[in-house]
Amino acid sequence: MELLMSISIGVLFMVGTYLLLSKSIIRVVMGLLLLSHGAHLLLLTMAGLKQGMPALVDRYDQAFTDPLPQALILTAIVISFGMTSFSLAIAYRTYKFHKTDNLDELRGSNDD
Amino acid sequence: MSLTLFAVLLPFVAAIFIPLLYKWLRSVHTGWFVFVIPLVLFGYFLTFIPDVMNGNHYYHSLPWVPTLGMDFSVYIDGWGLLFALLITGIGFLVVLYSIYYLDKKREALHNFYVYLLLFMGAMLGVVLSDNILVLYVFWEITSLSSMLLISYWYKREASIEGAQKSTLITVFGGFTMLGGIALLSIITGTLSIQEMIAQADTAVNHPYFLAAMILILVGAFTKSAQFPFHIWLPDAMEAPTPVSAYLHSATMVKAGIYLVARFTPFFGGTAEWFWILSSFGLITLLYGSLSAVRQKDLKSILAFSTISQLGLIMSLLGIGSAALYFDVPDEIYTGAVLAAVFHLFNHATFKGSLFMAAGIVDHETGTRDIRKLGGLMTIMPATFTISVIGAASMAGLPPFNGFLSKEKFFMALTDVTEYSIFSIESAAIWFPIIGWVASIFTFLYCAIFVFRTFGGTFKPDNFTKHVHEAPIGMLISPIILVTIVVIVGIFPNIISPVLLEPAIASIMQGIPQDHPALSVDIYHWHGWELELFMTIAVVVLGSLLYATMRKWENLSIYQRERDPVNGLYDYSLKGLVSSSTGVTKLQMTGRLRDYLSFISVFLILLVMYTMFKFDAFGLNLAGMSEITVYEAILVLFFIVSVLAIPFIQQRVAAVALLGFVGFYIALFFVIFRAPDVAMTQLLVETVVVILFMLAFYHLPGLRKEKDKPTFAFPRVIISVAVGITVTAVALGANAYQQGHDLIPISNYQVENSADLAGGYNVVNVVLVDYRGLDTVLELLVLGIAALAVVTLVKLRMKEGEDL
Repeated sequence: MELLMSISIGVLFMVGTYLLLSKSIIRVVMGLLLLSHGAHLLLLTMAGLKQGMPALVDRYDQAFTDPLPQALILTAIVISFGMTSFSLAIAYRTYKFHKTDNLDELRGSNDD
Repeated sequence: MSLTLFAVLLPFVAAIFIPLLYKWLRSVHTGWFVFVIPLVLFGYFLTFIPDVMNGNHYYHSLPWVPTLGMDFSVYIDGWGLLFALLITGIGFLVVLYSIYYLDKKREALHNFYVYLLLFMGAMLGVVLSDNILVLYVFWEITSLSSMLLISYWYKREASIEGAQKSTLITVFGGFTMLGGIALLSIITGTLSIQEMIAQADTAVNHPYFLAAMILILVGAFTKSAQFPFHIWLPDAMEAPTPVSAYLHSATMVKAGIYLVARFTPFFGGTAEWFWILSSFGLITLLYGSLSAVRQKDLKSILAFSTISQLGLIMSLLGIGSAALYFDVPDEIYTGAVLAAVFHLFNHATFKGSLFMAAGIVDHETGTRDIRKLGGLMTIMPATFTISVIGAASMAGLPPFNGFLSKEKFFMALTDVTEYSIFSIESAAIWFPIIGWVASIFTFLYCAIFVFRTFGGTFKPDNFTKHVHEAPIGMLISPIILVTIVVIVGIFPNIISPVLLEPAIASIMQGIPQDHPALSVDIYHWHGWELELFMTIAVVVLGSLLYATMRKWENLSIYQRERDPVNGLYDYSLKGLVSSSTGVTKLQMTGRLRDYLSFISVFLILLVMYTMFKFDAFGLNLAGMSEITVYEAILVLFFIVSVLAIPFIQQRVAAVALLGFVGFYIALFFVIFRAPDVAMTQLLVETVVVILFMLAFYHLPGLRKEKDKPTFAFPRVIISVAVGITVTAVALGANAYQQGHDLIPISNYQVENSADLAGGYNVVNVVLVDYRGLDTVLELLVLGIAALAVVTLVKLRMKEGEDL
């Protein structure tokens, strides 16, 4: 199963990077979202999958899955949610202000 | 801490207090406080003379960075002491002169004197340090302070350009020298110059010997303005005249001379050292004197004359180094070093006074252009006398000191024809010829300097201010200098045992102490020797050229003032700027995708390199959990839906698919026994989908992506490479974990969560207890993000305001 998941993670990262290199802001945000999905699954997969029961110590006796990666992923999910919403707000604002979502047209600064 | 070490640091310490004195005691010219420092140091260094005369040297060392072998060590021998006395002696004369030259009210004196003291301390450090790395540090500080002093009037375009040019050239040389220093320390295994010299015999055969020599010489040549690096010196004349008199004639430009002589016992006696020094020196001598004749600006004449005279000293050091080829050399080989040391001293005196005279003319008339000047003889008699003596000494006329060293110079050049080493036979005749021709032009520009300024008729219309003689304070320093010129000219031997002999002895280390070359006896009358005829011919031909000047001064070659070597500098500077702009533009495109590509490629290379290096690839199928058919189908659909995302052009379809992938991941979390994570993922994914919908409402539709063919392919390659890298990392980490019996750190948390934290769901306990602070800060981040989102959405800006 780890093999399949590793491949899935690779696919997530591949598509995420592909979208990240896009010209449209909204696709960049989508790419970021996919990359964080990939990172979460990667955390879980590297620790080993399906090696026991959920870590509820009053319910089961032995062989728990490692709870630490799960806790880390929980934190990461929330942070990436914050990041996604912030990026979306920036995309919205940029479009309002510059009337374009094409990153190639947003090049340069006032100094030039 | 020894007093000598403190003597080197005294100017630096004093520099700290100068701005305060300037601020608090505005009524007193700040120069008076500065004046004390070189005077005290001069007196202090004088006390070393008796010891050094007896052939002793002084050494004191203070560990600075012992692990790097960097010690702040002071080594005072005849050569270093001569320089220390020049630096402090000319130093206090220049400070005295500057008090009258720079106006108390109008000039930023605190800047000026801080830079000047910085320079003085650094220069003392260069000539007294035995540790070569410390010497290098001081060497660069002299470049830095020179740059600051040249750009002292920083509102003038020419000052800035001159400062830039001198910095680029001398710092380039300094860096090159640092390379040479590194090679020297590899060759000898030490950073102490005297210890290096002790190993000179064995070092000659080291493969790096020649490279180290050339690198060190580039440093010395740039500093001492040798052809073709000389072009910075004329431009440095934008500095106030006291600076030109001090740094750019008497001291800093002689740092290269100092270094060459200091390393003569190490490199000397080899053919390369002899040929490089003497040929570059002679070319510089000739080129400088020819160029000086063309100048119309008094200070430019003096600048090229300094270049020429530095070439003269450099060539003499090269010729003299031949003596070290022998264990006990014949006397014809050793005369050149005497001439070099003697001329170095003389040049500092007469050139210092000439610069000060030029400064007086500039200060009192408002111009330095010889086409406007003329007839000042009667108006400024004192300045005229100073200039005549200085110029006559520079031209090599008796009874001044320049005559004596010029004779010694001619003698050394004619002696070269009798040399029997370094296969010199065919070239030897050129040495006296070049030196003699250059001397004719030296005579000529000295004549131009004096007679164009002070002779002829006075034309009041050429001047914007009332022309009068300088105040007495300004005249004191040049008068002291020309007095030395005259006294040394008449009684040369009063300085011979005191200054010259110890200096020669330290340059000619390795020659027996009782060798006749090391005892100096200078006298005027040698009989009707070739040297005297050469001098007479110089005077006759020089006068003839000056008398016929009306005939040839309209030639175009005479009119062209700007040095042609400047063209090369301008071209390479322009090329440097445009090519670095090109390189920057190549990467700083302003396109997000380019930056992200760079980051991705770099990360791929870094991770892949590390994986290869530590052989971290691995695949351990045996240790993996089994795959059910149900899961396999799930994964297959998952991969297909992820792959489909980039191809979708409809907004709603895209966001639906994105949400689908997110919920899919929640499903994975369920399968992998992570119920809490799955719950969170479901909640967050729902909100994210809503957010995307909201954003899409305001944003334009997705267009079909049309990449340029040049980017479409790399984009795919980069993406695939990132995917492969991550998969490899995941599999490698998994295999490593299977192969090693690792104990998870969460065991402690699992065992203690009920007892210590009172919770049974370990994941929750980790979040709110073990890593509780983490979670609080996470909330803070989320709060900031929320505020930022609200601000970005709600912000209303006035007309014309930018983000």
